[in-house]
Amino acid sequence: MKLSAYLDGIGLIGPGLDNWLAARPILAGATPYEPRPLAVPAPQSLPPAERRRTGLAIKVALAVAQEAIAAGQLDARQLAAVFSSSGADNDNCDAICKTLASEDRSISPTRFHNSVHNAPAGYWGIASGAMTPATVLCAHDGSFGAGLLEALTQVAVEGWGTLLVTYDMPYPEPLHAKRPLPSAFGIALALMPERSAHSLARIEVSLADDAPDALAEPELEALRRAIPCARGLPLLLAVARGEGGRVVLDYLAPLSLAVTIEPENRS
Amino acid sequence: MLNSLWLSHFTAASCLGHGLEATLAALRAQQSGLAPCAFETVTDLATYVGEVAGLDEAPLPASLAEFECRNNRLALLGLRQDGFSAAVGAAAARHGRRRVGVLLGTSTSGILQTEQAYRRRDPVTGALPDDFNYRTTHNTYSVADFVRTAFNLEGPAVVVSTACSSSAKVFASAARMIAAGLIDAAIVGGVDSLCLTTLYGFNSLELLSSEPCRPYDKDRNGLSIGEAAAFILLQRPADSLDADAVLLLGAGESSDAHHMSSPHPEGLGARMAMTAALKAAGLQPADIDYINLHGTATPNNDAAEGRAVATLFGDRVPCSSTKGATGHTLGAAGGLEAVISALALQQGFLPGGVNTRNVDPGIPIQYLTANREGAPRRVLSNSFGFGGTNCSLVLGRAG
Repeated sequence: MKLSAYLDGIGLIGPGLDNWLAARPILAGATPYEPRPLAVPAPQSLPPAERRRTGLAIKVALAVAQEAIAAGQLDARQLAAVFSSSGADNDNCDAICKTLASEDRSISPTRFHNSVHNAPAGYWGIASGAMTPATVLCAHDGSFGAGLLEALTQVAVEGWGTLLVTYDMPYPEPLHAKRPLPSAFGIALALMPERSAHSLARIEVSLADDAPDALAEPELEALRRAIPCARGLPLLLAVARGEGGRVVLDYLAPLSLAVTIEPENRS
Repeated sequence: MLNSLWLSHFTAASCLGHGLEATLAALRAQQSGLAPCAFETVTDLATYVGEVAGLDEAPLPASLAEFECRNNRLALLGLRQDGFSAAVGAAAARHGRRRVGVLLGTSTSGILQTEQAYRRRDPVTGALPDDFNYRTTHNTYSVADFVRTAFNLEGPAVVVSTACSSSAKVFASAARMIAAGLIDAAIVGGVDSLCLTTLYGFNSLELLSSEPCRPYDKDRNGLSIGEAAAFILLQRPADSLDADAVLLLGAGESSDAHHMSSPHPEGLGARMAMTAALKAAGLQPADIDYINLHGTATPNNDAAEGRAVATLFGDRVPCSSTKGATGHTLGAAGGLEAVISALALQQGFLPGGVNTRNVDPGIPIQYLTANREGAPRRVLSNSFGFGGTNCSLVLGRAG
């Protein structure tokens, strides 16, 4: 079975990459990349009581999810969702571990329910109203590839439209020294079984042996290497350039993922 | 789902015992493995836990020592039971090391290792100890990495972490991978181990019972946390199967889109997952002979799930939660309860729920409090998680 889908919307957030529209000329090479700290919008789609409880990972996940949905003019309630991250709300994890190592081990209920790996998916459900299947994955540094593979099998086998949301955020010290992630980052892809007026490209994914593609721009390449979900950047770069062809993405050694890209011809 | 898949080998370790024989004997005897909590340094919580015996004395072998943590010790215990390792070896030899996937569920992975490392922070710098390895213990992927490494596999691997539905959802993902032709077989299931985060976390939500949990009891007052490893080797059915071979007939997934830690009050998401699983299996509610309920024994969960079951099945189908026996094993619950469901299909009995004294009269389902002999042909197993992620599985006998 061919693992293919139409890419109808992209969401992106990273340091110096405010969103997909702003990042597109940078990835295409038309505008220079200028690193600066990440700016994440508050998730307006959540009720205020829930919004106050969200940490950085949830904000990043919801921002890119929302951008991809809007770009494809899609109804989130009709799409399955695949969330994939190498970690979770890492500030929250640190706070819980500190409390549990202290004299008073009382942790707050909000901290606890935000500690689950699927917290961003839960908030996305509340924000979007989607009662469709949502899964939440982790494959350490292969988390982008694992998410892409799950999303493509959903599109190809189930015939679902699937929103892939990948995200990471740094740990504070002392975990940062053991797991140094330099910045938060997020990529979302709206992947559909049928071509639409919003389709940017048709992609096909297969398991491969090749070494993953590197990015020519050194600072973007540094992000790709340091942040698991940023390992999807070669795919976004090809789409930004409107180029067809084949890119190779990181997955789990010795496997990589080959993605063939056929741009949809739109003005 | 396109085709049924065969649970060619399976095993479980929980507080009921190590392996299928011990698990079955405990279920037959309606024993509970729950005991007052004396886990690690946790002496201030008045609750019961389902602890797996012997893990403190079972370090990992030197070749896998970098993965050393309670969760991976529990995983290895499970892999060594019931001929499971040999079956994986045979599958890898037959299909190739890249054609056997590893898809496992966990909620907290090896977080206990980090909780303990935080107590050993350098008093001056605050640094974690040198022997702490994040990737191989704490990271959510650790247990799948451990299993893939232990079997020297090179195929797709992933951890699903959707809280308490994690190790049910792996069946759906693995079935898609097999249908897509990416793999020929998959190690699925889940491993979740006791840790401070879940004990103090559920305590903060006031969801821990001070007695062994009593699912679907009118006076139920919360859950008991357990730990377990459950492994299933999933592959395409052999050309001829024994009558008691167990098949995955369908899986159904849904989301509540309601609240982070409370189920949808009408059980709408639960009903959608059960309906989707029946549809995937091509079955009607009348085709189901037993339901292994999620049944955590919290007031809200059992009320919502019970409402959903009653809406779809009425009181026709015998149901029970086995969490009174095993505790709530969180990210391992879906896998463990799939194994218990498979035992019910093979052995011809319906496990009665233990600890439940007075079934809640407000929940109009047929809740079993005693084992019943029978010949179930198809069973449904429910797993619902925090964040509103739901998954139901339909398992059936080959003949």
